[in-house]
Amino acid sequence: MKDLISMRELSKKDILALVDISGKIEAGEISPDLNRKVAALIFLEPSTRTHFSFDTAMKRLGGQTISMIGTETTSLKKGESFSDTLKTISMYADIIVIRSPIEGAARYASECVNIPVINAGDGTNQHPTQSLLDLYSIVKTQGTLENLTLGIVGDLKHGRTVHSLVQALSHFSPTLYFFSPSFLKMPDDLLDDLAAKGIRFEVRKEIDETIYDLDLLYVTRIQKERFSDLEDYERVKGSYRITRAMLAGVKTHFKIFHPLPRVDEISPEVDDTSCAYYFQQAKNGVYMRQAIISTLLECLP
Amino acid sequence: MKQLKVDAIRNGTVIDHIRAGNGLPVANLLNLAGSDILMIGVNFPSNKYVRKDLIKIENRRFSASEVNIITLITPTATLITIEDYEVVEKIALKLPKRIEKLILCPNQNCITSRENIDSKFNVVEDNPVKVRCGYCEKKYSIEEVTINLV
Repeated sequence: MKDLISMRELSKKDILALVDISGKIEAGEISPDLNRKVAALIFLEPSTRTHFSFDTAMKRLGGQTISMIGTETTSLKKGESFSDTLKTISMYADIIVIRSPIEGAARYASECVNIPVINAGDGTNQHPTQSLLDLYSIVKTQGTLENLTLGIVGDLKHGRTVHSLVQALSHFSPTLYFFSPSFLKMPDDLLDDLAAKGIRFEVRKEIDETIYDLDLLYVTRIQKERFSDLEDYERVKGSYRITRAMLAGVKTHFKIFHPLPRVDEISPEVDDTSCAYYFQQAKNGVYMRQAIISTLLECLP
Repeated sequence: MKQLKVDAIRNGTVIDHIRAGNGLPVANLLNLAGSDILMIGVNFPSNKYVRKDLIKIENRRFSASEVNIITLITPTATLITIEDYEVVEKIALKLPKRIEKLILCPNQNCITSRENIDSKFNVVEDNPVKVRCGYCEKKYSIEEVTINLV
């Protein structure tokens, strides 16, 4: 594995290896040495968690980071080509982590430079490191990735997180329920892919009593920035809100995941129930990103 | 039995078994009009496909890119090379796995729409043909993309 651009390219074996390494790093069984290694964190789109998580992952293993946030202070603003910017940054760093609002930007970056590139989100396309940390979190809470029943709720049309996650899960024979308003439903080509792989799934508008059948509910934000019409946003904002009352009668090991940030989707009263897992999920992101960086930089002990 | 007749060509290429309705689009995309003698037959009876289109063009061979275009639009086609009225080669077309440069991604938010880079598409379904952009990873039918012979 030279780069990490898309979940489409990761085999089941690759995924399980990264989950295994994350567990060993968290347990302190291994400690990859990233001393003298520098990661360039190029974030052309706002991010708090992903940026901090990569920054922390690098620094906790002895590495360092340089950051480029937005395009305002960079040579891109002066008219430098994207390719030249990337090539120059690759002269300073050992690995590039890139987030861009443009789909395919990370793939293009990986073709421009000779150092490993990690896709930290490209438009509505992919967010593979989020999916991998989600899988690690699933293993930690459910003990397995195989044959689980999962619900995914929210903006399934624009959410790159869920697009990557569904592709990742397709290796593990899940049963999937997709809850969303019809105009925010999972793209047809992703559903076609699931059908072709024989994955059981249902598209529904309401969560209702299905919640009692779920091992896990993955909640995502209705993303305001993806709407061209703000009236549409106001119309669906607040639908699919998870409350404490909905959790009476769920499976004992049932967990709620959320890639964060949340707005209205999960009531704060849910936070102190045993179902809430989203903050631990964010913490797991550091271990998974340490595993990914160490693997790409070939720094595993 | 009476047969529909199209004049033979002396030297050139015949594209046979074109999926009915695709003869004219193929001729247009390959800019065949105006180069030499061109015959386009539409909706001929076909044992294999009920109806088919047919193109005969004098003094013309097709490049690899042009063959890829024909294949994308009509994967059932057969390419026949004619020399001195004789068939010297007959090739049943086969969909390539990967198409470079020929297809423009319709996604305006794809990096290929923003930067000056060659497109690359993977053929992911063959009947009907669907392609996936190697950058934005969106899947399209051939009708949804623009084919651009450089």
